[in-house]
Amino acid sequence: MRVPLEWLHEYCAPPLDAAAVAERLAMTGTEVERIEPHGVTALENFVVGKVLAANKHPNADRLSVCIVDIGDGDPSQIVCGAPNVAAGQTVAVAKPGAVMPDGSILKQAKLRGVHSNGMILAEDELAIGTEHAGIMVLSEDGLQPGMPLRNVLPISTDVLVLEITPNRPDCLGIYGVAREVHAATGAALSPPPWAQAPGSPGDLDEFKLTVECPDLCPRFTARIFDDVQIKPSPPWLKARLMAAGQRPISNVVDITNYVMLLTAQPLHAFDLDRIAGAQLTVRRARQGEQVDTLDGQTRTLDEDMVLIADAEGPTSIAGVMGGARSEVQADTHRVLMEVANWNGPNIHRTSLKLGLRSEASTRFEKQLQPEQALEAQAVATQLMIELCDARVREGTIDAGGPGPPPKTIRLRDAKINMLLGAPVPRERSREILEALEFTTIDAADGLDVQPPAFRRADITREADVIEEVARLDGLDKLPATLPSRHGASGRLTARQRLRRRAADALVAQGLHEIVGWSFVGPELPQRLRLNPEPPAVELENPMSIEQSRLRTTLLGSLLDLARHNLAHGTGTLRLFEAGAVYLPTAEGPLPREPHHIAALLIGPVRPATWRDPAPGAADFFAAKGVLQGLLDALRTPWDVQVAAEPFLHPGRAARILIEGSAVGWLGEIHPLVAAAWEIGQTVAAFELDLDAVAVPPTPLYEDVTSFPEVREDLAVVVPDTVAAAQVLEVVRKSGAPLLASAEVFDVYRNPDSLGEGNVSLAVRLVYRAPDRTLTDDEVAAQRGAIAAALAGELGGRVRAS
Amino acid sequence: VAELPPEQRGAVGRAANEARRELEQAIEQREQELSAHELQARLAEDRVDVTLPADPLPQNGRLHLITQTRREIEDVFIGLGFNVAEGPEVETVYYNFDALNHARTHPARLLTDTFYVKPTEDILDPNAVLLRVHTSPMQVRAMEGEPPPMYIIVPGRVYRPDSDATHTPQFHQIEGLAVDTDITLGDLQGTLLAFARAIFGEEREVRMRPHFFPFTEPSVEVDVSCFNCNQGITADGRRCPLCKGTAWIEILGAGMVDPNVFEYVREYGYDAEKVQGFAFGMGIERIAMLKHGVPDLRVLYDNDVRFLEQF
Repeated sequence: MRVPLEWLHEYCAPPLDAAAVAERLAMTGTEVERIEPHGVTALENFVVGKVLAANKHPNADRLSVCIVDIGDGDPSQIVCGAPNVAAGQTVAVAKPGAVMPDGSILKQAKLRGVHSNGMILAEDELAIGTEHAGIMVLSEDGLQPGMPLRNVLPISTDVLVLEITPNRPDCLGIYGVAREVHAATGAALSPPPWAQAPGSPGDLDEFKLTVECPDLCPRFTARIFDDVQIKPSPPWLKARLMAAGQRPISNVVDITNYVMLLTAQPLHAFDLDRIAGAQLTVRRARQGEQVDTLDGQTRTLDEDMVLIADAEGPTSIAGVMGGARSEVQADTHRVLMEVANWNGPNIHRTSLKLGLRSEASTRFEKQLQPEQALEAQAVATQLMIELCDARVREGTIDAGGPGPPPKTIRLRDAKINMLLGAPVPRERSREILEALEFTTIDAADGLDVQPPAFRRADITREADVIEEVARLDGLDKLPATLPSRHGASGRLTARQRLRRRAADALVAQGLHEIVGWSFVGPELPQRLRLNPEPPAVELENPMSIEQSRLRTTLLGSLLDLARHNLAHGTGTLRLFEAGAVYLPTAEGPLPREPHHIAALLIGPVRPATWRDPAPGAADFFAAKGVLQGLLDALRTPWDVQVAAEPFLHPGRAARILIEGSAVGWLGEIHPLVAAAWEIGQTVAAFELDLDAVAVPPTPLYEDVTSFPEVREDLAVVVPDTVAAAQVLEVVRKSGAPLLASAEVFDVYRNPDSLGEGNVSLAVRLVYRAPDRTLTDDEVAAQRGAIAAALAGELGGRVRAS
Repeated sequence: VAELPPEQRGAVGRAANEARRELEQAIEQREQELSAHELQARLAEDRVDVTLPADPLPQNGRLHLITQTRREIEDVFIGLGFNVAEGPEVETVYYNFDALNHARTHPARLLTDTFYVKPTEDILDPNAVLLRVHTSPMQVRAMEGEPPPMYIIVPGRVYRPDSDATHTPQFHQIEGLAVDTDITLGDLQGTLLAFARAIFGEEREVRMRPHFFPFTEPSVEVDVSCFNCNQGITADGRRCPLCKGTAWIEILGAGMVDPNVFEYVREYGYDAEKVQGFAFGMGIERIAMLKHGVPDLRVLYDNDVRFLEQF
C-alpha cells in the first residue's frame, strides 16, 4: 500500500517528517517497508511561467524558441518541443538545477544552436501524469509567473510504502491509514471524505437490480449519473494516482481508482447505455458460463462464482473484474456506479481458481464491511459532480444495507494486566480505544467496548481489544520477566542426546557435517541404479523438476556435494549428513520420516605429510572404521553381512545389522554410480537409520583392573569361504567364560603352506577373570575348547605359533 | 688361592677381591662411558629439522553452522526450562494452517507460498498434505500430546517456494511455546531478552513491535539492538550496513497464543479462560548469518568445505 504523504496530510498531518511518521506507525503495528520520494526535488527550481512569445526554431521544424516570464525580471529563453506551446499560456517551468523524478539534474543547454535556459514541463516529466505529447497548460486563476510550482501542483511528496497485515483491510485506503496515524501520534483527524454526502437514499425506479445470492453479496449499491463528460482528470488527482502507483486514464475510471485508494472500497463504473435491459442480476454462475473481462480474456466460471448479468448475459465477475461489454468509454454519457460488498472467502476462491487477481479482488477477499460501500458511493458522487459535470439521479439502489451492529466486548482491567504483565489504567484504555473509533461504556470490572463497523471482523474477542490497547500504549512499557514455570524443567531427551553424540562421534573422526536439500529430482533413483524405484513423496508445485520429490536416502545430497567440492579443488572429502528421509507408507497420508545419518569418504585417509606423502585412499574398511567409531560412541553392538545394493561395488558392499535387523548399508560406491556424479575415485560410504539404534542402557561397573589379563595370539586356518565374523563368533562363544575379547589382527594367504582355498586369520585373545589371577592350566583348557570348536564348527585348524 | 699356604690366603684373597672389584668397576665405568657415548651418538643422529611441519593426529571435522547455531539456541532454552520437541516436516493443512487460525483466504496457503504434496485436489482440504511452512504445527501436536504447563522449543526444517540471497526453498526454524496459567507478554519479552543476550552478547536489548500473525494475539515482531554499531553508526562513522542505520535488527515473530488456537486443543486441557501462553518462531539461518556475518543465505547450502571449516 503506497501512501503519499501529501494525500495523507489532507486528513491527518502530524508535525513529523516522513521518517518519524514511519517510526510511529512501525511501533504501533503498521509495518513500513520503505519511504520513497516521488516526483521532483530541488523544488525552488520549479515555478509557474507565462509564455510571452513562441517562435519557430531556426534550425528545427519541431522545436519552438519561447520567451517565458518566470517572475525574476529577465524573461528566460527556453527551447520547447511540444506542438501545443503558444504565447499567452500559463505553464510549469523547471529552471536549471531542477532535479527530475529520475534523479537527473537539469542544466542549461544548447539545442540545435539555440540556448535553452530551462524546460517547459509536460505531466510525465513531473511524474504527475502520463501525458507526454504536449506541455501542461495551467489554468490562469490566481497564478503569477514565478510562483513556486509546489503551491500549485503536488509535484513532490514522500510516499510511505506500507505492508498492511491481512487483518486490517480498512488500512488499504488512505483515510484508514490516516486514522492509524491519528491514533498513533495524537494529531487531529479530519472528518472522513464521505462526511459531505450528495446524492440521496430511496428507490431508483428506472433501474432493476436483483440479488439472487445475498449470502455471497451482503450489500449492493448503485447510483446513476447523467450528462457525464468523459475527459482527463485534473492534475491534482492524476498526481495523487501516480504517487499511489496507478496510471490515470480518464475521469470516470480515475474516480473509481481514486475512491478505492482513499476508502479501501473498490467501485465499478458501468456505461448505463451498455447495460442491456436496464437491469442487473447478481447470481451464481452456471457451470461453464463465460465472461469476457476487461483485460481482453474470456473466463470460464463455475457454480461457486458470482457474476453480474444484464438482460443479455454476464457482464462482470463480481468483486474480481468488470466485463468488456459494459465498460465506460470515450462516448459514455450515463454511468451506473456500482459499489458492492462481497463474501471475502468466495472472492478469494474465485480469484484463485481463475488465476486472476486485481486491486479489487485483493481488497474484497480480506472481507470489507457493508458500511464501506455507501461511504465510497458518497465520495464518488462528489467527484462525479465535480470532475465530470455529471448530475446524480435521485435515489440509491441499496440491496442488503448496513451490517449487524459490531459485537460488544467486555474488556477487564484485570485481564489486561494478566495478559500483558503490566496494568493499563482504565482511562488510558478508553482514550486509546476512542481514538480508534471504538465506543466505550463503563462496566464494573472494566469497559464494555464496541469496535467501529470497519473493524467488525477483526475485533471479536477480549484479546483483540487488549492488543489494540497494548500496541498504542506502547509495548516498550512492558517489563522483561521470566515465566514462573511452576516446576517445569527442561532437558534433551535420551534420543536427542544420542543424535548429538552420533554427530559428535563423526566430527571427532574428522568428518564435516553438510546440510543437503530434502528435495531431489526424479532421475535420482536411476542414477543410483535403483530398480524398481522406491516410492517417494512428490510435490504438486516444485520450484524445478530437480526439486520435485523428497529424498529417500541421504546418498544423493552427499554425492552432489562431493562433486561440488571436488570441482572446487578439495581433493579429500570426509562428509556426513544427519537428517530425515521421507518414506511414503500405506498407513496414512503422511510419510515416515526416520532420522538417518550417512557418511562419505573420498581420497587419502589421512592428510599427506612430508613423512607420508601418499597415504592410502579411503576404501571400504576406512568407511567401516568410521562406522565403528560412530557405533562404539553410541555403545551399540553391531555387525555386518555381505549384501548387494545396486549402487554399491558388488564385492565391497555390506548390510549393517543391529541385533540381527538391517539398519543400513556400508560399502564402496559402484563405479558407474560415481561416474554419474563425474567422480572417478573410490567413494566409500555408509548410511544408517539412527532411529533404529536403541538408546544404550546405563553401563555398569566391571572389575577389569584388580587381576591381570592374559593375552595370546591364535592363528586359525579356515576355508576362504568362511567369513572372519563367523570365526570370531565361534571363538567368542567357545571362549566363554574366560575370554574377554577376540580381534582379528592379521590375514594371511599362502597356497603352499596353507593349501589352496584356505586363509589364515591371526586372532588376538584376551582372557580375564574378575576374581582371580588365571593359571596357565585354565587358559590352556579354554584355548583347547576354542580350537575344538573351530575344528568342529568351521573345519578350522589352529596353527602352531 | 686354595693352593697357597693358609697364612697367605687371606691377604692374597683380599687383594684379588679388591682387584676384581676394581676391574669390575673399570669395566662398568667403561660400559657407562661407551653407553653414554653411544646414546649421545644416537641422539645426534636422531636430530630433526624442528622447523619441518607438524604431523598431527587426525583433526576434528566441524558441525555445520546451522547445527552449531541450532544447538546453541537449544541449550539456551533448555537452560530457561524448555524441552525440545520435533515434529513431522510433511504435514497436513489442518496442523499447518487450520488449527493455527489461518483464515481460508490467508495468502500463505496459496501454491505460490506453500509446497503441496501430490495428489492435492483442494488446498483448503484439512487433510491435504504439504511441506510445513513453519515449525508452528508442532504447537498443536504438542498440546494434543500433553496437558499444560507446556514449555517447548521445536527446531526443524521448513519449506517455502522462494529462492534468492535471503530465501532458500528449505530452511530451519525454531519455534517456542510456553503455556501455563499466568504467562504474560512481559514473560515473552524477558525470555527473548535472555535468549538475545546469550546469543548476541550481554549488552543486547530487545524491543517488541506490534504485528499480525494468525495464531497469536497480540502479535509482535522482535528486534535485537544492533551489535555492529552504536545507534546505527559504525566505529568508522559509516551508516551500519547490518541494521541499515536503524540500530535494531529484526530477529523473530512472536505473540500470545491466540484463543482460537486453544479452542482446537481445549479437550486436551487447554481452556483459553484458564491457560495462556506465548509462542515465537525464528529462522536458524538468520541467527547464524547475523552472528557470523554470513552475507548470503545460499552459501550455507553450497556446503563448500572451505566454508564449513571456518566455524
